[in-house]
Amino acid sequence: MTVRVQTGDFDVGAEIARLRSRDRSVGAVAAFIGTVRDVNDAAAITGMTLEHYPGMTEAALEDIVADARRRFDVADVVVIHRVGPLVPGDQIVLVGVTSAHRGMAFDACEFVMDMLKTRAPFWKKERTPEGERWVEARSSDDEAARRW
Amino acid sequence: MRDAPASTLVSVRIVYLARLREAFGCGGETLHLATDDTPTVDSIVETLVRRGGAWADELAPGRAVRFAVNQKLAPRTQAVANGDEVAVFPPVTGG
Repeated sequence: MTVRVQTGDFDVGAEIARLRSRDRSVGAVAAFIGTVRDVNDAAAITGMTLEHYPGMTEAALEDIVADARRRFDVADVVVIHRVGPLVPGDQIVLVGVTSAHRGMAFDACEFVMDMLKTRAPFWKKERTPEGERWVEARSSDDEAARRW
Repeated sequence: MRDAPASTLVSVRIVYLARLREAFGCGGETLHLATDDTPTVDSIVETLVRRGGAWADELAPGRAVRFAVNQKLAPRTQAVANGDEVAVFPPVTGG
């Protein structure tokens, strides 16, 4: 299991290669990469700053991954989440999961993202031409997390 | 003659994050709660709301606010003890 919170970018290819190299029984790799959009709620987005709660954020991500490993038959999981200033097109988050077969890898990857969206302490502040604004939590994220 | 109830002083470190840190104009403070009962997250909220202004607005009933005690998500009913770290923040928006 790898959990990292960092300001710098990450190399998806290198991270997936590292994840796969540990276990030859792996037959499936599922990955989700979240990126910064240039539009949100009908406003142009010129950038955003991601804030976290050092200590709790890492612990929350580790708890989510541990929960995923109890629920799904997965080989390994990587979660990398960036903080600090970002611009449209930047990568924000990587969740990668390896498993023997695709079903568990897809499910575990989606589970980790749904839990991350509702339980991991990160906050986005967007920059728009009209000024800065904190992103509001979406009820659709709560509904997605309740499915599990 | 009976003694008065012993009021104990519970000191907790409060951390404000994201929009609430900006609304309150500070990243945290140490709060001293004089209490006869075991204080809870709700006792802290009541103490802060009594300040009025942004505190009363942001922590008003019905506003979406989340709490963590010692860096674990906690309900408002959770007890807090001397030396605990209590974080107060808006619903999370990462990912």
